[in-house]
Parts: sequence; structure tokens; C-alpha cells
Amino acid sequence: MSVVPVEVLPGSTLAVEGTVREAAELGPRARLWPALVAVYRAQLSRARVARIPLLFVATFQSVGIMILMRGVVDGGAEAQAVVAGSSVLVVAFVALNLLAQYFGQLRASGGLDHYATLPVPPAAVVLGAAGAYASFTVPGTVVTAVFGCVLFGLPLTHLWVLLAVIPLAGAALAGLGAALGLLAPRPELATLLGQLGMSAALLLGVLPAERMPEVVRLARDLLPSTYGVEALARTFGPDPDWALVLGDLAVCGGVGVVSLAVATWAYRRAAVR
Amino acid sequence: MCAVRGLTKTYPPVRGRRGVPATPEVRATDDVRLDIRRGEIFGLLGPNGAGKTTLVRQLTGLMRPDHGSVEILGHDIVRHPERAARILAYLGQESTALDELTVSLAAETTGRLRGLEAAEARAERDAVLEELGLTSLAGRALRKLSGGQRRLACFAAALVGERPLLVLDEPTSGMDPVARRAVWSAVDRRRAERGTTVLLVTHNVIEAETVLDRVAVLDRGRVIACDTPTGLKEQVAGEVRVDLVWREAAPLHVPEVAALQDRAVESGRRWTLRLAPEEARTVVATVTGGAAFAALDDFTLTTPSLEDVYLALGGAAQQGLVKA
Repeated sequence: MSVVPVEVLPGSTLAVEGTVREAAELGPRARLWPALVAVYRAQLSRARVARIPLLFVATFQSVGIMILMRGVVDGGAEAQAVVAGSSVLVVAFVALNLLAQYFGQLRASGGLDHYATLPVPPAAVVLGAAGAYASFTVPGTVVTAVFGCVLFGLPLTHLWVLLAVIPLAGAALAGLGAALGLLAPRPELATLLGQLGMSAALLLGVLPAERMPEVVRLARDLLPSTYGVEALARTFGPDPDWALVLGDLAVCGGVGVVSLAVATWAYRRAAVR
Repeated sequence: MCAVRGLTKTYPPVRGRRGVPATPEVRATDDVRLDIRRGEIFGLLGPNGAGKTTLVRQLTGLMRPDHGSVEILGHDIVRHPERAARILAYLGQESTALDELTVSLAAETTGRLRGLEAAEARAERDAVLEELGLTSLAGRALRKLSGGQRRLACFAAALVGERPLLVLDEPTSGMDPVARRAVWSAVDRRRAERGTTVLLVTHNVIEAETVLDRVAVLDRGRVIACDTPTGLKEQVAGEVRVDLVWREAAPLHVPEVAALQDRAVESGRRWTLRLAPEEARTVVATVTGGAAFAALDDFTLTTPSLEDVYLALGGAAQQGLVKA
């Protein structure tokens, strides 16, 4: 006779039988970080395959603008603004414009259903995609900044500040792009808003602010990319005021948090109707 | 396993704009009641616009119904739509979320997002790709594949990270017979080993007859019949279909043929008739002998299919389930 209680025998079904009528156990939920990393990795590989030509376009566009401005601007503060503006423009092109288009199309084509039927936190999808698009801008931004410094004879000493400018301006612009893409009722509208946002970053970021009328300057202050531009421009000077640089970066970070939160809310709204 | 009661969803009317005509209020699902049993392959059959996709979206938590309840494995999906993702895997008609990924990364990422650990996701990915014969395509982007291969890759992604319920919206559309067989044997294996239940949305009547255990026929948002395919066909067992194909035109000078014209559905040179077996025999005898035979090109006699069932049940405007 066996002395082992029946409950511990392999294949014992007692426990299962007891719960047959109960609600079944749910599958695991994807945790935020692993899900974010998985989305980030997938989006980055997507971007590598499909967006490299566009990164070239973004970089050439910025380099071309700097060459054009070479004839207009005569060194000093204006040159600093042009180089900083052109570098951040690459971030605006990819993170704002392309991400708005991507989410607009995903929403319109029903592609969001794929994510909505997986147990993944909305923040992971939005942050993963925004992070991937922001990282994707790194080579273009660095190339533009170095080229600009050489072209206008600016010091390369403090270019390391790009390590903070790209992620923070990237977060602000990618959050804005994702929110626009997810909130626009039609994909064409998402594309249009993304393009307009990028044009604004181009006109208000690259052209030196001193020559603009008051209204335009106000608009410039409202655009999150401006603070990334200002932070970068300040570091080209002989003795940068680091407190102001930090302040500008903090604004970028703050806008980034808010816009990514709005984008996450917009994703939730778009996914379940 | 899955109980649906009184499920109703009405789309509000859309006001017309320039170039866009107004659409009236549409009741996409109308008091739908279904019971799906554990381990069965349950089909939803109906023409475009019958409400299949709306129904599926409500079952998967993607859309909130106006009224009614959905209970899957004891969970109230209307009150907790987020639980659906932890009970079921959904294969929608769109692949845009995965299009630019490689087959391997699409499957692995989906597994990760279904809550698998990295090593588990990779192991399951390899097993599923092997099972479906996709290993040789693992490094290719979905966008570069043919329609059927892409569909198979999306199906693979749906299988990574096991779920007790698979909701498949036209899983085999565009697939060749080899891929189709891979899909159904993968489904059968999961059913035999783990008791997986499948809810299948389909247009394909022949596939529906061969793979489904039970089928609900939808028409304008309502379930007009629900039974096994054989059970449904018995409802119209009294009828056979006679197809007559004329060489040029029907010989209307033959009185027997002229008498049939009112009951035939004409499509070019083809006449389709639904008749009682006795009558069918008489018609065949008439057209294969005598004056009508000279004008006859071909004829077929078939027992009823699910298509005939749908028409007999009064399906929308007698237009049939599929555009042949």
C-alpha cells in the first residue's frame, strides 16, 4: 500500500477538478521593461530596413541648409544658432514627422489591433517606438553637428552635450509626433501635421531668432525643439552658461514626459473603440 | 468556454459630406447569442458586411458592445476587455504592425509581448517556424513575402505564446494548399494536445465544410442558424442544385425549358436551379434527350453545400456567401 498522499502523485488532477467551473487562469502579462525593449528592438530593426534612405535625406537637408546659410550668416551667435538648429532638425524630421506618419498609418490600417490584443502596457508600445525613432536620429545629428562646426569654425569641445540633447529633444518631439499620429482622425492629417511640425522646427529653429518679429518669437518659444536648439547653441560659446543649458534641457525633458503621457493616453483611446 | 448573450452594437448614422453619401444607422451585431465549447473549431460564416468582424472585435475586447455580455473561460470581457489579451491570440486581417520585420523577429517580438521570457520566446519561435515550414524564410522581411507566405508568418506570430483560444480572421486567405495544410495541422495538434479552441471567421465555404465542428451563419448582424455543417445541410436536404450550361442561348422554343426560365438564376450561358430530387431527375431527362440537348453544352447535379444553406435561410438579397 502506498503511503504517498494522492495529491502529490504526478498527474494528480484533484486540484484541477476543483477549479473547473472557476474562471480560468489568465496568461502572463508582459512587464513594462521587457515589453519596451522588445518593441524598441523591433522598431529599430524596422527603421534600419525601411528608413535609412530617409535618414540620408534628413542629413543632406540639414547639411544643405547650413551651406546655404554660410553666405548669409557671418559667424558668432548666428552661426551657432544655425548649426544647432540644423542638428536638431534631423531629430525633428525623424522623431516628429516620421513617427506621426507611422502611427497615423498604423491606426488607420488596423495595425494597432496587433498590439491591442497582446497583454502589453500601452506605455511600452509608445515609448519603445518613440525611443527607437529617437535613437535612429543619432548618426544624422552627429554628422550634421560635426560638419556644421567645421564649416563655421565652431569648437567641437562640447559636442558631447548631444548625448543629452538627442534623447531629451527626441523624447519631446517623438512624444509630440506619436500623439499627433494617434489623435489625427485620418492618416493624411497625421502626415500633414508631422510635416507642419517639421517645417516649424526648420523655420523657427534654424533661422536666428534676433531677426524675427515678436509673434514669430513667441511661436518659437512654444515649440519644444527650440529648447534643444538653444541648449546646443549655448555650448558653442567660449564660456557656456551650464545652468541655462540645464534649464533648456529640463524644458525638453518636461515636454517629453507630458507629450509621451498624452501619446500613451491617445494610444489607449485609439486601440479600444 | 465562450458564452455570448444578447450582444448588440449599433454604428451611429454618418452625416453626408461633399462627395461622401450619408449612411444610416447600422446595427452591426443584433442580439447575438453563441456558445462555443472547449476544443472545438467554431466558424462564423457570412457575406461581407454581415457583422463577422464587428462580432470578433467585441469578443477580443477591441470594441465595446452597446448591450450584452461576453464570457470567455469565466472572465467577463465586456467589463474587463484587457483580460482578453491574456486568454486568446488574435490573427486579424491586417499585418501592418509586422510588415517591416523579419519573420523571425515578428514571431519573437509577439512572443515577448505575450509575456514570454526572452529564452522562451526564442525557443517557441524556432519551434513554431519549424512546424509551419517557415525556417527557410526566417530572415526575410514580411513585406517581401508573397501574400500567402505573409499570412502564414502572421499565423506563426499568433501561435507563439500559447493561448487556450485562437481567434483567426480568414487565416488561410491567399495561401497555397501546402501552407493551408500546415495551418490546419498546427491547429489540430494544439487541439489534440492542449484542448485549444478555435474561433474562425471565414468566407471559404469549402474550407468551412471540411474543418469546422460547428458553424454560425450571420446575416445583417443576426445569427440566422447555428449547427454542425452536416446538420445545416440537412435543413435543405430536400433540394439539389442543377446547373445547365447552354452552347449559345437557352432553347426557349422547347416548352419544358421555357417553363423553367422563371425558376432559374441566369448568369450568362449558365442557369442554376434549386429543385426537389424528383423534379431534378425530370429536368435532366428533358434536357439530355430531345430538342433541348442540341443546345446543351454541359450540366451538373450537386447536393447542397453551405452556400445553398445560406441562400435557403434567406441570406441577404440572395447574393450568396462568396463571389465565385
